[in-house]
Amino acid sequence: MATGLSCREAFCRELAELGRKNPEIVALTSDAKGSTSLGVFANALPDQFIEVGIAEQNEIGMAAGLAAVGKRPYVCAPASFLSARALEQIKVDVAYSRMNVKILAVSGGISYGALGATHHSSHDVAALRAIPGIRVVLPCDEIQTVALLRALEADDEPAYIRVGKAAMPIVYGPEAEFTVGKASRLRPGTDLTIIACGEMVRQAVEASEQLAGEGISAQVIDMHTLSPLDGEAILAAAEIGPIITIEEHSVNGGLGASAARLTATHRPVPMRTLALPETGNAVAGPSGEVFRHYGLDRDGLCRAARELLKAR
Amino acid sequence: MDLRELRGKAVGIRRDLLNMIYKAKAGHTGGSLSSTDILTALYYDALRVDPANPHWRDRDYFVLSKGHSVEGLFCILADKGFFDKAELNTFCRFGTRLIGHPNNRIPGVEMNTGALGHGLSISTGMAKGLKMSRRSNRVYTLMGDGELAEGSIWEAAMAASHYKLDNLTAIIDRNRLQISGDTETVMAQEPLADRWRAFGWQVVQLDGHDMAALVAEFRREPARDKPRAIIARTVKGKGVREMENLPRWHHGVPDAELLASAMRQLDAQERSA
Repeated sequence: MATGLSCREAFCRELAELGRKNPEIVALTSDAKGSTSLGVFANALPDQFIEVGIAEQNEIGMAAGLAAVGKRPYVCAPASFLSARALEQIKVDVAYSRMNVKILAVSGGISYGALGATHHSSHDVAALRAIPGIRVVLPCDEIQTVALLRALEADDEPAYIRVGKAAMPIVYGPEAEFTVGKASRLRPGTDLTIIACGEMVRQAVEASEQLAGEGISAQVIDMHTLSPLDGEAILAAAEIGPIITIEEHSVNGGLGASAARLTATHRPVPMRTLALPETGNAVAGPSGEVFRHYGLDRDGLCRAARELLKAR
Repeated sequence: MDLRELRGKAVGIRRDLLNMIYKAKAGHTGGSLSSTDILTALYYDALRVDPANPHWRDRDYFVLSKGHSVEGLFCILADKGFFDKAELNTFCRFGTRLIGHPNNRIPGVEMNTGALGHGLSISTGMAKGLKMSRRSNRVYTLMGDGELAEGSIWEAAMAASHYKLDNLTAIIDRNRLQISGDTETVMAQEPLADRWRAFGWQVVQLDGHDMAALVAEFRREPARDKPRAIIARTVKGKGVREMENLPRWHHGVPDAELLASAMRQLDAQERSA
């Protein structure tokens, strides 16, 4: 897989393109123009750019007010702060009030691995999945980021788009198409299914290739939309066999927990939910090493696959 | 409407909201009565709104940041014809849209509020957006004084003056009481006017029950390049002697006897309006 742009950079470049065509598009940030890669937008469209200072609650509230008067606001800031400090504004001003605010939450999960728990957001999917009225989307590469942004810009409903920090390998071809709320099948398979989201998708693809060499046929599903979850895709996977989920998030309330609730209710199958542990904060360190430590990578997926098939 | 008619209208709104609270056996009585004159001056004199077209593009925007004082707003919206007055009988009933806080499924309500400290950020965003589009609509928000302890208010206060939003007016219902008691005991708000001035706002202080003062201030062209804070000195429970200045009437509900006494007092106020 060739390395492409970081998802945040792909998002902001495309947002600048969209903003040139539609002057109602407005980008807000909270002293995070650099962290979010929003410079390209701010430089090209200074009259459509709003700096609010380090004040995430006001940032979301203002975005809701901007939407109320017909603007199309995009809030771009780190996931850790938006999804915790400004959670009530997201819940009330955006989701409950049904304001067309799109939130680009950058450096999600443990992207800021070495900076510690203040900067981690391993709770955001769980928190936002429990709030009705806002979609949660985790793209995995630049192609998907741009495609999902275009799809979201075409509607008037709230969304939280969580991306990481690092440049990402390109998983999809340039013509790939996506529907918000509908999972994408990346690899067919007959023995088991790996369901991944966000930046774990490339690990799932690599694991599936490794497993193929061992004679294990692993289907790969990219669950790019976490809310609403594509339950049909999960239950279809359960028809094939065991399921492994992998996510850069707490094991509580995210992809794995939500998928397991569905399979337990409708079609119980052996599962492994690879995620950050529920006991204690994630170990701090460069994110690649943290992923390896918790088995959130190709090797962790392959181990889980072998165990599941051995147990069968 | 002239001042006399506006004062009479405010009496009518107090009557309606007390009846609504009595029937529902629920409501935030004290703060609704303290803000009734402010809302009356806004809705019957200052705001450009069209009940037949709640989403009219040229309307002025109003956000009730102290969302719990929704009763007066509902009675006014019904009286103006945004929705049928009979619906007031459903206030706080199972499945109603007239819940105990503003909800924008109700015609005339812009935003869902109720969690405190949100209205000024929303209004700041509205005012900023209108300026960006060079539209002349105005934005008004009504906040409680106890609410000003929320930090997000001051984030918004900073942003509104930073962006010179002179199309924004924030009104503070300064009744000096919150649910637990005197605001100055719970968390001191004074020197309130100095605080807003220090944040870059033009500050006006007036009697929030003086209809002439309210109307004159709302009609005045505000100073350029600064948002306006109106600190309206009010009485919690205003208009009903038994409720005035008592924190327990924050969300007290009158019994039949007290309701009758309230109606007699309001009748007298109407005659002297």
